[in-house]
Amino acid sequence: MVEHGDIRVVHRGGSKINFRVPVITNDSRFLLCASGECVKVFSTSTEECIHDLQGHTDLVTGVVLNPSNHLQVYSCSEDGTIRLWDFTDGILIKTLVIGYPIYSFYASANHGGVLFIVSPMINDRRSEACQLAAVHLPPSGDQLVEAREISSVLSDVSSNPAAVAFSRGGEYIASAKDLQLEVYFFKKEKSYRFSLKEHNNKGARNKFTCVSCHPTDDCIATGHEDGKIRLWRNFNHKREYTYSTLHWHHSAVSSLCFTPEGTNLLSGGVESVLVQWRYEQESQQDFLPRLGAAITHIAVSPDGALFCTSHADNKITIIQSCVKVSAVLQGLVKGESVRTDLMVDPRSKALVLNGKPGHLQFYSLQRDKQLYNLDIVQQEYIHQSGLEQFEVVKAAFDARGNWLATVEERKQKDLELELNLKLWAYDEQTQSFVLNTTVSAPHEARITAMCFCHAADSQTTMLASASKDGHFKAWQLGEPAHTEEGPSWSCDFVGAYHGLVPECCCFSADGSLLAISFQEVVTVWSPASWELLTTLSQPPGAIRDLCFGQLSCSKYLLGTTAKNLLCCWNLLTCSLEWSTAMDVGLLLADPLSENMAAFCCQAGCTDLFVFKPSEPRPLFSHKAVCSGKVTHAVFAPREEMLESCGESSQWLNRSQLYFLTQYMDLLTFSTKAEEDRLMASSKQLVIDDSVAVTPFYLLLGKHRQEKQETLTSLCPERTQLPQGSVAIKELLHTPAHVLPSTSYLCSMFVRSLLISIKDTREEDDPNEEEMESEKEEEGDSEGEMEPSASGQRSSSSGQTQESGAPALTKAQGRELRRVKKLDHSWLSSLLDS
Amino acid sequence: MGEFTVHRVRFFDYMPSAIRAMAFNRHTERLALARADGALELFNFSDSYFQEKVIPGRDGRAVEALCWVGRRLFSAGLNGEITEYDLENLRPRYTMEAYGGPIWTISSNPQGTHLAIGCEDGTVKIFEILEETIQFQRNLNRQKNRIISLSWHPSGALIAAGMMDMIRIFNAESGHATHRLLVERGVGASKSREVVVWSVAFLSDHTIVSGDSAGKVQVWDGRTGTLIRTHLVTKWDVLALSVTHDESSLVAGTSEGTVVQFQFLSSTVDRTDKDWVRTRTFKNHTHDVRALVHTDTAVVSGGMDTQLVVRPLLDKVEKNTQESALRKIAFPHRSLVSCGKKAGMLLFQFPDHLELWRLGESDGHGKPGDSVPVKRKPEKLVQLKRKGDDHICCSALSPCGGWLAYSTVSSVRLYRLQYNNNNVSITKVTKLPKVLTSAHQLCFAPDSSKLFASSSQSSVVVVALCQSECKYLHTLKTKSGTRQPIHLMSASDDGKWLATASTDCRIHVYNLHKLKLHCTVPVYSSCPTAIAIHPTTSNLVMVHADQQILEYSLAQKEYTEWSRKLQKQGLHPLWLDRDTPIIHVTFNPKNPAHIILHDTYMFCVIDQSLPLPDQKALLYNQMTLRSLPELERVRHSHAFKICKTFQHLLCVSLLEDHSLVVVERPLLDIASQLPAPVRQKKFAT
Repeated sequence: MVEHGDIRVVHRGGSKINFRVPVITNDSRFLLCASGECVKVFSTSTEECIHDLQGHTDLVTGVVLNPSNHLQVYSCSEDGTIRLWDFTDGILIKTLVIGYPIYSFYASANHGGVLFIVSPMINDRRSEACQLAAVHLPPSGDQLVEAREISSVLSDVSSNPAAVAFSRGGEYIASAKDLQLEVYFFKKEKSYRFSLKEHNNKGARNKFTCVSCHPTDDCIATGHEDGKIRLWRNFNHKREYTYSTLHWHHSAVSSLCFTPEGTNLLSGGVESVLVQWRYEQESQQDFLPRLGAAITHIAVSPDGALFCTSHADNKITIIQSCVKVSAVLQGLVKGESVRTDLMVDPRSKALVLNGKPGHLQFYSLQRDKQLYNLDIVQQEYIHQSGLEQFEVVKAAFDARGNWLATVEERKQKDLELELNLKLWAYDEQTQSFVLNTTVSAPHEARITAMCFCHAADSQTTMLASASKDGHFKAWQLGEPAHTEEGPSWSCDFVGAYHGLVPECCCFSADGSLLAISFQEVVTVWSPASWELLTTLSQPPGAIRDLCFGQLSCSKYLLGTTAKNLLCCWNLLTCSLEWSTAMDVGLLLADPLSENMAAFCCQAGCTDLFVFKPSEPRPLFSHKAVCSGKVTHAVFAPREEMLESCGESSQWLNRSQLYFLTQYMDLLTFSTKAEEDRLMASSKQLVIDDSVAVTPFYLLLGKHRQEKQETLTSLCPERTQLPQGSVAIKELLHTPAHVLPSTSYLCSMFVRSLLISIKDTREEDDPNEEEMESEKEEEGDSEGEMEPSASGQRSSSSGQTQESGAPALTKAQGRELRRVKKLDHSWLSSLLDS
Repeated sequence: MGEFTVHRVRFFDYMPSAIRAMAFNRHTERLALARADGALELFNFSDSYFQEKVIPGRDGRAVEALCWVGRRLFSAGLNGEITEYDLENLRPRYTMEAYGGPIWTISSNPQGTHLAIGCEDGTVKIFEILEETIQFQRNLNRQKNRIISLSWHPSGALIAAGMMDMIRIFNAESGHATHRLLVERGVGASKSREVVVWSVAFLSDHTIVSGDSAGKVQVWDGRTGTLIRTHLVTKWDVLALSVTHDESSLVAGTSEGTVVQFQFLSSTVDRTDKDWVRTRTFKNHTHDVRALVHTDTAVVSGGMDTQLVVRPLLDKVEKNTQESALRKIAFPHRSLVSCGKKAGMLLFQFPDHLELWRLGESDGHGKPGDSVPVKRKPEKLVQLKRKGDDHICCSALSPCGGWLAYSTVSSVRLYRLQYNNNNVSITKVTKLPKVLTSAHQLCFAPDSSKLFASSSQSSVVVVALCQSECKYLHTLKTKSGTRQPIHLMSASDDGKWLATASTDCRIHVYNLHKLKLHCTVPVYSSCPTAIAIHPTTSNLVMVHADQQILEYSLAQKEYTEWSRKLQKQGLHPLWLDRDTPIIHVTFNPKNPAHIILHDTYMFCVIDQSLPLPDQKALLYNQMTLRSLPELERVRHSHAFKICKTFQHLLCVSLLEDHSLVVVERPLLDIASQLPAPVRQKKFAT
């Protein structure tokens, strides 16, 4: 089933949803956004992700509604293809191969059959310059088409998608790059260029950042680096062009958007305030402040009712008529760096890392959704450059997830380092962490490492922290004090070793040993008595990482040194078991197995080795996992164990390895089996998209399904129901001579549309319906595993109607059964189409 | 360029007066500008914005509005009088009481037949313009409130009048008010305050544009009297409006010092209906913009901060030319300082007094660039207040420091100064010749034996001075019979020649020995801004408003070889790009090849013995020359040696002892004496 080498590095979860401007569908019900290698379809009302449009093999760089069919969407990617999707059903309709990486693309209703792409210069691949080209869509109906008709429109355009905009009616296209605005008129085939000075005498930075065109008037709005917005008019003259300037933003305007009627202009920037300018009355502005993070994109629904803003913290906010935030789609927040390591919350199995400034985020990898943010710093964050603020730099969970320890620090220029150690207890009632103890200045210098004792059976939990001040401290939960506030944490022990600086600390699996590295020396302490048990050393090179073996390998202590050595000590003999020369950048142990993972950085790439400390041969190795250094990784336990027997992929059975690359991409390893399962589940996934998927609906639907399952216990292996459209397909593909007469079909079809008073009364009694379905079920339960068999489909689809949405009357049901006997079973599915 | 001991003078507290009103004559391209002290200035926009004429002010005359009718200039002020000016003799021709209280505005109909004035008592008075004078014709229907602003419809049949809280439209024929446009008051606290319609503009398509004290620029339909659009431009007042002649663009000046442009644009390319859209904002002033003119190519603005700013519209002029540069005219284009070269004294001219200073002395010797300790401090010897209401129009100090003369439009006064030790005695010369009633320009002969005073019709009165009395000698007259006033006079050091320049660009040279006209220099199209006669070669050096330098040999009566060479090779583009005129020319007696000239931002020594710079050479090369070795230096040096160490120069002059006097007036010092501007919220303050 699983062969060697089928493990692949994939993006799974946590990809950017703010990479490109999102699209709101014409009916304002769905929001589509590019997210890594797929396009996500969200419901605007419930924030639920409805579809993942998967198919691209590289970063998706643009999403545009098909101007000629508002139920279809185009997406372009750096893999050089444009794909057309039906987003309501999540079906790929067409793939258009361009052959060049596409950075962004545009469509206009007045240019039917033409898409405009921004791609690197075709003639000159080396240069950074991009060009805007028109791609004529070939008329053929094939699934995979190669586009041959590509004509260049503008040669020097910015790769920033916000810097190109189409006018009302597609008469001209405006493109801004650096200090030049170019307006190209399609009809006249003439372009006008307007340049600004780089600096004026007041020090304004005039570079263009974004462009937007008024939908009805000839007015182009441009945003600039110094926060100004210019409204250009009369630009069909070389000299007599004119512009007016609006200035509210203090930093660069990152996005501009006119509302569809052209009455308002929306702008946003780093201030995280959405500004609404009245067109023609620009002195009046409306503000929507406190949106949380810098605005990167603004989009407006075609009816103008919904605005949505993308934010720098991987968030999309949906705003109703510029007054109310109605929904927030939060992706994994990725700042410039993750100061805390990647962690997994033992309770929720969520990935925990730095989120918003001063927060820890809990991100569910399974559902690809942020669960919640924990405010650690509990101070207002001020968006201002050059202002040092408290940052969460370390965090650790104890084994059961009852305690969370965090360290925050602030280093202001010329001031002493401010450090706070906070301990949070999990509160069952509120289902969240509550601050228990705050230790201000736990150490005199920066804390280098912190870990909890992971022994599951120990009565008291212990926290060890090591700091640059040369000490390590052990913290313990004290006895309940005289006050009623409950127990709090206090320092239990302060240790040092020859005045050296401790770098790493690690508890053994049973909590009986604490290993702390002091440069080249590893010291092993007994937490019970706090005596130094032994020292291990393997010079040269300071210890970089320290890790105890797990489970059966718990007698081993592994360490990596700065001088490219991976050492394994046997703690029973206190001697070096083995060592190997490897430049290990990151070493971590899987808590659920004996496996250890080592990321080695070599020649700009990172290789991964998975091994057991007891075995000399690595279980698995993967060359060139990604370019650049891997600095953070974590083993996340799986919800259910994977049943794969392949030798090389066994290590992924219990837990999954996630890692962050230099460019803050969250990657993971996936096996073939896993992918197959995912594919299968996505095929089976049926959600009636004609109804907005509310949580209530899902809840109710599940409840009904359960109820049904109890009723239909005779057929425990019920498969998912096939879709109604299949029936129509079958009807259309079946030769006419085998169909029943049209009059017969028609009368039945018409009858199905009629509503009789008697029927509604009967429908009120779902029990009866379900009894009915049960009876049917009994008849047809056997062959249901093969949905391709046409004979069996009728029952299942019939059942869909009756159980899921009871639309059939009794009389119709009877009729149906009669028809079924004639083996025109597929016909019944017509009724729900 | 030679080394000089420099007297760096900063005690001339010259303070220009605020700009109150402006009017532009499209046909002659002359801008008339009225200042708060009643002085009028005329700028020639076709000749590098040169300040051609100055009519001195008068106490009690406050010009509130200006109006051109053909070549005639009218003003009206809060003293309730209408004044017409004699632009040839630089004095008011007549004044006429309007009997309506203070006059806020004056406007002529486009046909140039009638004047309308808006009075404090609520009347709009129509005056008929006659050949020599104006005559009251009738009142339009009297209103309750004062009339602040007026604008004629181009047809001349309708007048829009801005008042308190409203705009009225009058039928000019019948005098009836046809429409009443109510102007909304400001919001908030200013709700209770009346809104003042500071300015209205009546366009040919019956659109009325108004600017008011609530900070709004409003566009009205004058036919129906309905408001079309309101642009809130500022939190303070919109004080001035100006529309281009083709009515495609208008500008509004605000109390914040900004000028906001509106353009008449169609919303899309293919449609013809147009709309007034706010476009650019110019901020070139720190204080109120009181006066605005929108010419076809530029926005000219002036206000409380006393500077005249010409902001060319880049869509109307060729880019990167002299014309496209922003110009700020802060100083007058004539010298207010006269220097007693032999005595080391300076005479500063203020509108209402004169100050005589003796320069400091020092015996120190220092390296170039050092400041030398002052042994004796500069000292104010005399402060002479003028007599009468008229402001001083010109003044002169004799080179020996023994004579002092000044003139107003009504009289000339001559004083004898005597020094004994530290005491200065000043005695007025009582018996002046009858012909010496008023002078446009005064000049002493280098040996202080004669006083030259230019009077009307370009004639020069020569008066001999001896001891404590004076004697009329002669009146030098031109043959051409020009009527334009003389604005420059220069006598040669040997006492033989006198050169005069009049505003119609004519330069005459008189032989003082024979007391008759020696020659007339060929007329150059640009007005001369400084003239001087070389002491040894007797060449006349003339600098013109377009920055050209000409040298004319008085002996041969032709342009000199050097001048021809300069014309042939052409001046350096950077030299031509300077935006302030040369206002003074002197010579270095030590080195006859040196000509010293200065404008506001630099002074320059032209060495006629060195080669001229070619077009690509570095013009401002003094710093690079200093860094080069001696041999290289010769190769790179050229005739123009420019020094920019001293800025905002009012006078550069060479004393007898070869020390240089530099009179500076930093603009910051002027700005610090201005009243505080309106409060504006600035970001991050």
